[in-house]
Parts: sequence; C-alpha cells; structure tokens
Amino acid sequence: MNSFKKNLLKKRYNAERRFQWYGKIAIGLALSFLAVFMFQIFSKGYSAFQKTWIVTEVHYDKELLLIDAESPSKDDLENADYYDVAYKAMTSLDTGLPEEEDRQLIQMVSYKYEAEVKDLLLKNPDFLGKIVPIKLTASDDVDQVHKGNYPRDIPEKNRRVNDYQLQIYDMLNERGDILSEFNISFFTSPDSREAELAGIASSFMGTVFSILVCLAFSFPVAVLAAIYLEEFAPKNKFTDFIEVNINNLAAVPSIVFGLLGLGVLLAVFNLPRSTPLVGGITLSLMTLPTIIIAARASLKAVPPSIREAALAMGASNMQTTMHHTVPLSMPGTLSGTIIGLAQALGETAPLILIGMVAFVNTIPGTPVDPAASLPVQIYIWSESAERGFVEKVSACIMVLLAFLILMNLAAQIVRHKFEKKWS
Amino acid sequence: MNLILVTFIILLAFTSYYFGRKKALVIQSSQRLTALPKFYGYYLAAWCAAPALIIFALWSVFEPSIVKTFILQDYTDQNLTKNELQLIYTKVKALAAGTYTGNITNFLDESANKYIQLKGIANSAKVAIILAILIFSLSFAYRSVQKNDRMREPVEIFLKWVLFVASLGAVLVTIGIVFSLLFEAIRFFQAVKIFDFIFGTHWYPAKTFVRDGQPDPELMKDAFGAVPLFAGTFFIAFIAMCVAIPIGLLSGIYLSEYAGRGIRKYAKPIIEILAGIPTVVYGFFAALTVGPFVKEIGNAMGLEVSAESALAAGAVMGVMIIPFISSLSDDVMTAVPQNLRDGSYAMGATKSETVKKVIFPAALPGIVGSILLAVSRAVGETMIVVMASGLAANLTMNPLESTSTITAQIVVILIGDQQFGDPKTQSAFALGISLFIVTLLLNVIALSVVKKYREKYE
Repeated sequence: MNSFKKNLLKKRYNAERRFQWYGKIAIGLALSFLAVFMFQIFSKGYSAFQKTWIVTEVHYDKELLLIDAESPSKDDLENADYYDVAYKAMTSLDTGLPEEEDRQLIQMVSYKYEAEVKDLLLKNPDFLGKIVPIKLTASDDVDQVHKGNYPRDIPEKNRRVNDYQLQIYDMLNERGDILSEFNISFFTSPDSREAELAGIASSFMGTVFSILVCLAFSFPVAVLAAIYLEEFAPKNKFTDFIEVNINNLAAVPSIVFGLLGLGVLLAVFNLPRSTPLVGGITLSLMTLPTIIIAARASLKAVPPSIREAALAMGASNMQTTMHHTVPLSMPGTLSGTIIGLAQALGETAPLILIGMVAFVNTIPGTPVDPAASLPVQIYIWSESAERGFVEKVSACIMVLLAFLILMNLAAQIVRHKFEKKWS
Repeated sequence: MNLILVTFIILLAFTSYYFGRKKALVIQSSQRLTALPKFYGYYLAAWCAAPALIIFALWSVFEPSIVKTFILQDYTDQNLTKNELQLIYTKVKALAAGTYTGNITNFLDESANKYIQLKGIANSAKVAIILAILIFSLSFAYRSVQKNDRMREPVEIFLKWVLFVASLGAVLVTIGIVFSLLFEAIRFFQAVKIFDFIFGTHWYPAKTFVRDGQPDPELMKDAFGAVPLFAGTFFIAFIAMCVAIPIGLLSGIYLSEYAGRGIRKYAKPIIEILAGIPTVVYGFFAALTVGPFVKEIGNAMGLEVSAESALAAGAVMGVMIIPFISSLSDDVMTAVPQNLRDGSYAMGATKSETVKKVIFPAALPGIVGSILLAVSRAVGETMIVVMASGLAANLTMNPLESTSTITAQIVVILIGDQQFGDPKTQSAFALGISLFIVTLLLNVIALSVVKKYREKYE
C-alpha cells in the first residue's frame, strides 16, 4: 500500500517536472527562433556594408578624350568623350588579351565605370594628360567572389564569373589592387537594377515621407477623437457603436487598407500613384485606431482628482480637459503614437497595392514624388534573382530593424521620463 | 489657386483672432467682459475659417463630377457604355490640359473648349461664393462680439463639435472600407455569379485577360472559383496555429505560473519582439532560409517538396504569431484569482495539476479568445505568403506543395498597373471583402469571448 502511494507520488512529481520542462522548452524555442533569425540576417547582411573596388590606372589622354583646347574649361571636360579612356583603363589590366575578349574585363566593373572615370577628372582637372590610379566599383559578381559568398568550385558554365576573370581577380588581389571599403553609396544612392550600385536612399526618403504624412494625418484626428470619447461623449448607443468600430478597425488586415487606398484615394480622389502622400494617408488610416486606443488609455490613467480640482476652481469642462487632462496624458499618447508609427513603418502590403513598388531610381524630394519604402525595397530586392541582392536585402533589413528599435526606444524613453506616476 | 484660397482663409482667421482680442480689450475699457479676451478672438477666427473651409471642401468634392455630367451631356445621344464615356472624358481633360496626343475630332475639340470654359466659371464662382461667405460670417460674428455676449460658450461648443467630428473619423474609415470594397465587388458579381465565386474550384484569373474587349463569359465562369484560395488560407493558418498554439500556450503558462520575476521581466518582452518584426522580413526569411531547408530535409527523406511549400510559409507565420498567444494567455492566466490556486494547493495538488485542472479551465475563454485573434491575424497575413508560398492556387491538402491564399492573390492581381472595370481587378476587391468579413467575424467573436471572461473575474 505504502509503495503504491510512493509510486503515485513519484509519478505525480515526474509529471510536474515534465510539465515545467515543456514550458522551458517552449520559451527556449521561441527565443532560439529569434536568435537564429537574427543570426541569419546579420551573417548574410553585414558584408553589404563593405564595397569592393578594383584599382587600375587611367591615362587621361587629351587625344582620346577629344579635347582640342589648350587649357580646357569645365565645359570641355564635361563634354569630352570618356569612352576610350575608360575602356583602356580596364583593358590595360591584361594587355595580352585579344581585342574581341575585352568584354570579359569590362564586365568585372559596374556599367557606370565610364562615369566614374569622368567624375575623377572633373574633381581633379589637373589630372589631364597624366596617368593616375583610379578606383572603379567592382561588378556584383566580383564583389561576391571577394566577400567569399560565391563558390568558386562549381563548373565554369554555371558560374557568372569565368575562369579568366577569376585569374585576373587573383592577380589583382595579390597586388593589393582589390580594395574593400565602407559602403557609403549603399546609404546615399537610389535603387538600381545592378546590385553593386543599388542603395537605400530613395526608399529611405520614401519611408520618412510616408511616416511624416501618416503622423500629420493620424495624430491630430486620433487625439481629438480620443478626447471626445473619453471626456465628453455621452453614454449612448452611438458612442458604443464608435467604440466597437474602433476596436474592430484595429484588427482589420493591413491589405484591406491597401484596397481602400486603391479604391478611394487613387480611383476616386485621383491622388498621384506610387507617392509617399498616398502611402502615408493609407498608413494613417491604419494607425488611427492604434493611437486612439493608446490615447484613451492614457487619458483614463489621469486621476479624477485632477479634474475635480480644476472644476472646483471654476474651470469649464473644456478648460479642465485642455489645460490639465490632455497635457498630463501626453507622454502615454506620444509613446502609443510612436509604437503605432513603428507598426506602420514595417507595413508592406498596402503600399504595394497603391503602387509604391515601382522601380524608382531617383531620390524623392517631396511627398508627391514617386518613391518606394524600406519594407517594399526589401520585397523588390528579394524578388530579384541576382546573388548580390541577397546581402543587400539583409542589410536593408538591418537598417529597418535599427529604425524600429530606435523608435521603440524613443517610446520607452518618452514614457518613463515624462510620465507622472500617480499613487 | 486652391492653395492661395486656403492660405488666404487661414491668414484671415489668424488676423481676426488678433482683431477680436483687441476688440475685447477695447470693450473692457467701457464695460465688464463676460469672457477672457482670447475667446473673443477664437470666436471670430472660428466663424471666419469654419464655414469657408467647409464650403470649400464640399465644392472641391462635387465640382469634378458636376463638370463631368455637363460635358458628357453632349454624348448622351450616342448610346455609349459607361467605360466609353469615361474614356471620352479622360480624352477631353487631356486635350484641355494640352497633353493629348491622339487625333482630335471637332466634337472633342468643342468639348475641350467647353471644359475649359466650365472650369473657369466654376473657379470664379468658387472664389466669389467663398468671399461672400467670409464677409457674411465675419460680419455676423463681429456683431456678436460687439454685443459682448458670453463668448466662451459658443467657442467651447464649437470645439466640442470639432472633437465629435474627429471621433467620426474612425467610423468614416470603416464606411470607406465597406463601400470601396462593396462597390467594386458588386460590379464583379455582375460579371461573375456569386455562386461560381464561392463554390468554384478553379482560380485562374489570368485566363480571362483579353486585349480590348469583353472576355468570354464561359471562361469567366471557370476562372474565378475561390475555393482553392479559401482552402489555402485556412490551411496555412492551420499550419501556423500548429506551431504557435503549443509553443505560445506553454510559454504563456510557464511565464505566468512558474517563471520568477527576473525571467518574466526579460523573457516576455524578448518574445514580443517576434511580433514587432515586419512581416516582409519574415517573408524573406521563409523564402530564403526555411523554404530551401524544408525542401532539403524532404528530399533527404525521399519526398517530393516544392521550394515554395505551404509548410515553410505556415511555420514561419506560426513563429510570428507565438507572442500573440503567449502574451495574451499569460495575461488571462495571471488574472485568474489567487484563491483558486490556493484552494487547489490546499488540496495537495502539484503546481502542474493546478494549472491543468483549475487555472487552464478557468482561463479557457480568454485563451480561446486569444487564439481566435491569432487566427484572424494569420488569415490576414500577406507578405509571408506572397514571398514564401507560391502564387498558383492549388487545391491541395499536402503541406509540401505550394498553395496560395486570399491575401496573396490580391497582391498578385493588383501589383503593377491596374485597370478598373476589368473583372480581374474587381475580383481582388471581392476577395478583399470576403477577407474583411472573415476577420471581422473572428474578431467580434474573440472580443466578446474575452469580454465575457473579464466580466467573470472583475
């Protein structure tokens, strides 16, 4: 009998321990998903912050540039023909190569190499007639080889860098003529079809503009609505209806807001397609309920004694609200707003529907210029087959996550620094 | 023109604020004020800006459609369809703006001239009306200011109306959603029978695309069957829940019942990070890492696995949803009164027995609510599916094949340039409204369940 009881107790204790382990394993799994995920993104993306350059020599030969003037002006340099000079700069890497094979060398740098040759001379006009070293952007394939992301042992015909190019690359690498520097152009240049030239400037500005438009539309409306519902609304059917409405709106899938933007903003109001203006308004409709809910919660947290004191001093309801309740609730409202904006920042689907997925290779200067946004850029690049874009996507994700972390930190700081603790 | 008008109104409002305040100070010298001087200013400014701006907004909304009716009146005798009329109107507008490049007929030219004329009349009328309103309302307001009649009350009533109108904003958004979806969806259901849409088993809208002309109705009948999409949506959501429910629920239980303060303080927000990561990032992760990984494992086991499998998309979606379930179920279980626990311990139950037999059943409604919310989230999720789970609508229950969902199809149909009036475009709105209804139902049920649960313990 005793042993039976002992057995039973043992069993129950074992079950207890097992159950605890299940919980630990579940939490461990959730955390390890996050860890794997972060590791993947970082290990794939960190190399995008490095840019590979090929160093070669360029001879700014006046004859090849087709410059006649003795002391050429800026315009002369601007209008000169750089094709031959640039071409020679690349082909001089291997003079033994037959002419019809030159393309193989040219393919090792980005297609903008001619412009790079031109820019160097425009910056230093005294280089004219001299032989100077120049840094040219390596093509994305060479870039990937240099970063070790590209397997060299697969058969040549399956490789985008052939044996000859690898040989040249090795030679240059040995001479120290392959440079790897911090990739400034990733942050300063717009999108491009070529992975080595593509940057996030255009989508970054698109994101900034959409978020600003979103803030400008959603914040005032949401705060005013919250004030009404929390402080002035009579308790009746209609107010209940508005409340239910807001709660349900907060859970509508984001893509439905995209359909709304498409069907109303673009089709009825004829706002310009693909612009941060439309994107921002669409996102603002989405963040509206989030901000209303946050603002109401923080209005509710202001203790009634504040209101009673103000009313006792003879302030009207409106004055009590505007002078006391609302300012005291602002920290909570603001941190809720920032969190709502951070959510909007990561949205992709509604922006795709209103056409912010178009290829934009200029940096937008106003909210009515066509633009992409960071999440949409991630989508566009990840649909691209080129290997060079994989690291770009990961790097873009890192920038986006950094942005999100900053916003959430800001929300925390606003909340903890400025919020009054009532006790 | 519009910008100048609006700036003018706003500037005028500011000046009238200062003017009103000054006026109040003048009144003060002879009689006692009945409100603070600034309210006199606010009163004038509100009367100046509000009526003019409201009329301006209404005018801007209705002007284009009125002009359009006037222009198209000349074409009523030609028996044209709606689309053709729309095309003509676009041509007329382009011609008036000087950007038209097609060949210009006399009739078109006449219409364009009429359009320019109408626009001119409308513009001058607008300016005249708004000026008249400004003069009228300002003089009216000025007279009340002179009367020195308690100015604070009307200002506060006005403010209250502004607040009320703002709170209608959310309702307006809902109405906008419902109408924009319904409008296009109804036109879609005129072309395709609603029965074929809900019960058809072939989804292949690209088939109906015909350049310049109406597609064959026989083809339409078989192209817009949404069953594969509904099935795919719930199938992927089901896979996601298979990942999210066990992990989320067990972590929720552990956090609320076992974890010490330290672990709870750090583990909960870290798990919640999973919900904060943008979905496009999960999509990339699913397409590039999880998809090939699943395929490799499947191939190693001798199975036929598509690179874009429902399993990969569903699993990643499940990871995304974990925090919804873990945090919410943690909250509801923490809310279970302590005396239930104490009673159970007093009877000699172990902690896990208490959780399984007392706390879990007590918290069940809340947990079900949180799971329903998570399902609605999974159903509405777009980017993961677009990027990781194929775009062809297969009717399949094999998690290793690729399937498509409602949301993914909406994106596929509407990405790039859309042509309104095309049944393919309209079908996206029909899908949108079915998605809206499904998620709305899930939410309403979930919220009411959670509400009932809260009432029970509060």
